[in-house]
Amino acid sequence: MIRLQNLTKDYGLIRAVDHVNFEINEGEILGFLGPNGAGKTTTLRMITCFLSPTSGNIEVENMNIKNKQLEIKKLIGYLPEHNPLYIDMTVYDYLKFIADIRGISNFASRIKEVIEQCGLNGVVHKPINTLSKGYKQRVGFAQAILHDPKILILDEPTSGLDPNQIVEIRELIKELGKEKTLIISSHILQEVQAVCNRIIIINEGKIVADGSTEELQSAFQNKTKLILELIAPENEIVDISNNIIETSILSISSLSETTVKVEIEFDSANDKRAEIFSFIKSKEWTLLEMHRENISLEAVFRSLTIDGGEK
Amino acid sequence: MNLALTITKKEIKSYFNSPAAYIVLVIFLLLSGWFFASPLFINNQANLRTLFSIIPLLYLFFIPAITMGLLSREKNTGTIEILATLPIKDTQIIMGKFWASVSLIGVGLLLTLVHFITILLLGTNVDFGAIFCGYIGLMFLGAVYSSIGIFASSITSNQIVALIISFFIIFFLFVIKFFLMFVPDFMVGIFQFLSIDYHFSNIIRGVIDTRNIIYFVSLIVLFLKLAQASLENRNWK
Repeated sequence: MIRLQNLTKDYGLIRAVDHVNFEINEGEILGFLGPNGAGKTTTLRMITCFLSPTSGNIEVENMNIKNKQLEIKKLIGYLPEHNPLYIDMTVYDYLKFIADIRGISNFASRIKEVIEQCGLNGVVHKPINTLSKGYKQRVGFAQAILHDPKILILDEPTSGLDPNQIVEIRELIKELGKEKTLIISSHILQEVQAVCNRIIIINEGKIVADGSTEELQSAFQNKTKLILELIAPENEIVDISNNIIETSILSISSLSETTVKVEIEFDSANDKRAEIFSFIKSKEWTLLEMHRENISLEAVFRSLTIDGGEK
Repeated sequence: MNLALTITKKEIKSYFNSPAAYIVLVIFLLLSGWFFASPLFINNQANLRTLFSIIPLLYLFFIPAITMGLLSREKNTGTIEILATLPIKDTQIIMGKFWASVSLIGVGLLLTLVHFITILLLGTNVDFGAIFCGYIGLMFLGAVYSSIGIFASSITSNQIVALIISFFIIFFLFVIKFFLMFVPDFMVGIFQFLSIDYHFSNIIRGVIDTRNIIYFVSLIVLFLKLAQASLENRNWK
C-alpha cells in the first residue's frame, strides 16, 4: 500500500505538486492522468525516492520515505519517463548490472525469464543503442520487473511509440500488472482507460478527480443523451416529449425521405428508455437504432483540466 | 559483492568499451615517455624525478577528461534516475565512480613502469625507496584530482562544463605555490600547506609524512562529500 499525505513539492517559486493526498491499495492498477506539466512525474519521482518532498509524507508498506529509502526502493520497479538506458551496454550486460545492484542471487535464470517475458530473445547481446524504440522500451520494462517488485511504476510507458508498439506494450503491461500494484502515468486517455481500474486526474499539482473509470464517467454524466433512428413521420416526433414527462428533444433531422434521426435528453437518474420504446411501439413506428451517447472520459478530462479544475 | 564495486566494474567496462580509455592511456604514455626520455642522458641520473615532475602536469589535463562524464553523463541521459532509484546509497555511487577513475589512473601508472625498467637496465644505484614513494605520491595525487573531477561532474549535466570546472580547481591547487611570494608572511604557512605541490614534492623526495597523507586524504574526502551532497540535492536540472 502506498499512502501520500499532503505531498508538496516546490521548484523554486513554482509549486509542482500541491498538497496531494491519496492511497493506493495492493493490487490496484492506477492510472495517473494529467496534461503535460501537471506534476505527474514529480509525484512519481517522490514515490520512487528520487526527489524528496518539500513537505508532506509518503508511506510505502508502512515505511516512511524519510528513513526507509533503501527498503522502499527494493519494493519498487520503476520505468522513468523517456526510458533512460545505458546505451553503450548490451541488453544482457545492462540487466546483469541491475541484477548485481539489486542483489538478485539467481540472476541467470531470472534474466532469462524476464528476457522471455519481455520478448527480448533476439537482441540479448546487442548494444542497446542499436535497438528500435519499441525494443528499448522492452529493455526498460525488463529492468523494472527484474526483481519481481510488488509495486511497478511506469511513467508514460508508451510515449513516442508507434500504434503497433503501443498495442504490444499495453499487452505487456497487462501481463506484467497481474498480482502487482501498478501506477501508470499518462496524458493519453485511451491508454489509461484500457488498462487501469482506477484513475486519478491531476492538474496544476492538485488532484481534480479520483475514482474508477465508471465512477468518473457517471459523475460527470448527469444527463443521458439518447440517439434514435426511426421510420416515422417527422412532424409527429415531438409527440414523444409531449407524452413522456421530463424528456426533451434536442434535435430532429431527416436522414432520408422516411427515416428520422432524433436526439433526446433526460436525467441519468431517471431512465426513460423503456417508456420511449413503448411509445414508439404504440405509434407503430419502426425503430432502426437506439443508443446512448456515452460521455467520454476525454470530455471529463478536458472539462477538468482546461477550466482550471473547477467541478 | 560490494555495490560500489559493481559501479566501478560498470564504469571500467564503459571506459574500455569506447576508444576513449585507450586514447587517453596511449597519449599519457607517449607524453610521459617523451618528457622522461629526452633529458635522461643529459641529467645522467638513474632516477624517475623528471617523470614524477611531469606526470602531475599531465594529470591536469587527463584527469578532468576521464572524470568529466562520470556523473554529468548520467544526468544528461537521465540514467541517474535509474541509478538513484535502485537500492544503492549515494555514497556507494560516488565511491564506485571514484574507484573507477583511480583504477584507470593506476593502469596508466602501471604502464609507466617501462621507464622504471629502463632505469633498472641502464643505471646503477637505483633508489627504490624514492621511486616507490613517488608512485605512492602519484596515486594519491591522482586520487585527489579524481575526487575533484567527480565533484565537478556532479554539479552539472554538461561534460564540457565539468571538464572546465575540474581543470580550474586543479589548476588553482597547482599554482598556489607561485603566489607564495605575494602573500603576507604570516599567511605563507597556510598557503604553503594548501599547495598540492608542497606535499607532493615531500613525498617524491622519499619522505612520506602523515601531514602529507592527511592533506591528500582530507581533500579527497572533502570533494567526494561535496559530490555526494550535490548528487543528493538533485537540483541540477
